[in-house]
Amino acid sequence: MRILKKFWLATLATLAVLGSASTNADASYREQMKGLDEQVQEVKSDVLSIAAELARLEERLLYPSGTHLAVFIALAARDTLRLDAVQIQIDGQAVAHSIYSFKELEALQKGGVQRIYTGNVTTGEHQMEVTITGKLDTGKDYSRTEHFAFSKGVEPKLLGVTLGSSELQLGDW
Amino acid sequence: MLRATLIVGFGVASVLAASPCESRDLRDLYFGEALYQANQGHYFEALERLDAELALHNNLDEPQRDSLQFHIGEAEFSVGDFELYYRMHRRAGRAIKAVLEGAVDEAVRNEAAYRLARIHFQKDQAADALQALDRISGKVPVAIRDDVEFLRANVYMALGRPEEAAAVLKRLQGAQSLTGFAAYNLGIAMLQEGHEQDAVAQLDKAGQLSLSGPGPLAIRDKSNMLLGKLMLESTDFTRAQQFFDRVRLDGPFSNQALLSSGWADVSAQNFERAVVPWSMLAKREVTDAAVQEALLALPYAYSKLNVHGRAAVLYSEALKSFGQELTKVDASVKSIAEGRFLKALVREEIQQDKGWAIRLRTLPDAPETYYLMQLMASNDFQTALQNYLDLDELRKKMAGWQTNLDAYEDMIRLRRKNYEPLLPGIDAQFRELDAQIRLRMEQRNHLQQRLHQLLIEPRPDLLATADERIVMEHLRAIEQSLEKTKGADKPQLEERLRHLKGVVTWTLYTTYPQRLTEAHEHLNALNADIAVLNKQYQEFVRARQAAEHSYLGYDDTIKRLRTRAAESLETVNKLMAQQGHLIETVAIEELKSRRARLEVYQTQARYAVADSYDRAAKAQGNDPSPAAAQGTSTGGGQ
Repeated sequence: MRILKKFWLATLATLAVLGSASTNADASYREQMKGLDEQVQEVKSDVLSIAAELARLEERLLYPSGTHLAVFIALAARDTLRLDAVQIQIDGQAVAHSIYSFKELEALQKGGVQRIYTGNVTTGEHQMEVTITGKLDTGKDYSRTEHFAFSKGVEPKLLGVTLGSSELQLGDW
Repeated sequence: MLRATLIVGFGVASVLAASPCESRDLRDLYFGEALYQANQGHYFEALERLDAELALHNNLDEPQRDSLQFHIGEAEFSVGDFELYYRMHRRAGRAIKAVLEGAVDEAVRNEAAYRLARIHFQKDQAADALQALDRISGKVPVAIRDDVEFLRANVYMALGRPEEAAAVLKRLQGAQSLTGFAAYNLGIAMLQEGHEQDAVAQLDKAGQLSLSGPGPLAIRDKSNMLLGKLMLESTDFTRAQQFFDRVRLDGPFSNQALLSSGWADVSAQNFERAVVPWSMLAKREVTDAAVQEALLALPYAYSKLNVHGRAAVLYSEALKSFGQELTKVDASVKSIAEGRFLKALVREEIQQDKGWAIRLRTLPDAPETYYLMQLMASNDFQTALQNYLDLDELRKKMAGWQTNLDAYEDMIRLRRKNYEPLLPGIDAQFRELDAQIRLRMEQRNHLQQRLHQLLIEPRPDLLATADERIVMEHLRAIEQSLEKTKGADKPQLEERLRHLKGVVTWTLYTTYPQRLTEAHEHLNALNADIAVLNKQYQEFVRARQAAEHSYLGYDDTIKRLRTRAAESLETVNKLMAQQGHLIETVAIEELKSRRARLEVYQTQARYAVADSYDRAAKAQGNDPSPAAAQGTSTGGGQ
């Protein structure tokens, strides 16, 4: 029995030695990780700046202000509608269709706004059709289509559609 | 030793972490879009959007007329928050400092100071954190009031000023959002102060709080674990046992609690009781270090109870298990060395799941993760893993950008090819039309001036019709002819001429107001046509400009972006390789350390098996065979 006890002590001593060696190695790795972390932060900053310049280039190249149209989707505050999908038509042409994951729906419910469509239209009068499908808090299926008229001038046009279980509202920004 | 390591227990990231942004009554759609991205955890996209919006806003001549103005404070804070979430602490610090140094009201300044302090604290810069907290004065938003004080207490503790920490924490004991955390930290502060009795009483309170939610429940377990260890240190085994028993059996400290509970029993020479927690623990996931220790500890307890047969069997099982685990560890090391661990990390389906580290373990072709769960839970390793994933995401983005830039260049080439031959002809045609338009515009302006003059100084002759002008010309010619005539009928002809001139003049004078009105109506109609013409003219100019702008002026930008993206991609690849290598090295080191531990256990088990069989054989007679030992164990284990 005494031998067994000695063995436990020897085991614990060996483990303690192993532990202290690993602690020293940990400190060295931690330093290396910190150093790399600083460099990763730097490169993230550079890439973000490239992304911003690229976004400006894309906007200028693909959506010149004279024809630029962007449509945004928001949920009405405190509305209990569980949105499943949104479909957008402009002048009778389907231009955007979005099916919402739980994460996306949650992002909208927290006040986020989704840019569902960016494109080009000519200056003048246009029609937009918004169709939404979802479920009401009662569990009943819900579907609604609304038509909106809007006028496109020479400046970029931003349209915000606020979705709710009682109405869809078009806001002009 | 125990106390020195306890201090690290007070960092409560879940309490300090800010909640994702929320904004109602939105006035700026692009700010809303940044929130939408951030709410989904897409912080790169959120930052990209918000950086662009803020740059645009700050470059405006009249930023107060911009829709972002309604959210400017929130937007500036959000940038810092998003950067923090995207693990860009340095930039986040700069962003928040900018808010702090701007002309903002007291509440906003205080919130900025709090956020800055939080960043410093997370980066182990306690003195800087305290300096930031000291800038808080006056009105502090209610939502962060308790968090500010909690952070202050944690900073005091990190700076080795437990008395001040305890004073702050005492005031926070009623704070709902900090229940459990404030109680535990107060206990730690008291321990740091050297007030052991008070600390034990405080931790005892923290260990019995009625709480809900994984965070608070875990901190309650931690309080009880700590108390148990303190009691073990002071050889109060009965109380230690009580505290370990309070730890939940399904919480993160459960295995450690069962193991320690058994050791508390053994220390109290109560081997029979030690068998209970260790038996339970020995059946759990064998990769856990506590479980492996229990595999040895359980037969040890049986041997102390003189149930050598049972001990021998359990030592045999442990030996077998350690052998299997060593094989598993070796497979893990091999798998990591072959790069499979990093490949498993960057899988899309893993990153989509918040609990990906756990799910990683269940992947059949990722055996390397069996022994890494504890390592993966550490902050440094998590940061390294997250950095690796972020770099991988950046690499994918930049690869996509290169493709996009190729497409843009092609698009520009096609536009140039289409427009360049057309534009000279269009321009020539336009110049002709432009000259005509200018001429007509001059005529219109002249007409307008004359009509305006007629209102001041009436001139009916100017409104004569073409026929009337011809008639008047005729009459003038007749008059000139008559002047040269000397016939007898001259007076009669002159009389007739006068009569005719009178008729024309009468008509011109009597219809003058009507003619003037009509002339104005015609001018208005002309103005309407000119407005249409101007609109078309402007549209043409814009279309002409747009045609040119669709392919001119992009070359330098694209070239610059290509160079920058290529340079960054090179850096990203280099960093990713370094980060990946470091992750693999640390993981392999961890596995090697677990391997060394397993080898120690294996050696002990091997010796103990033989020893136990000997003892079992001695107890039964003189047959030291395993079969004989089995027979003993059946009886002994009951």
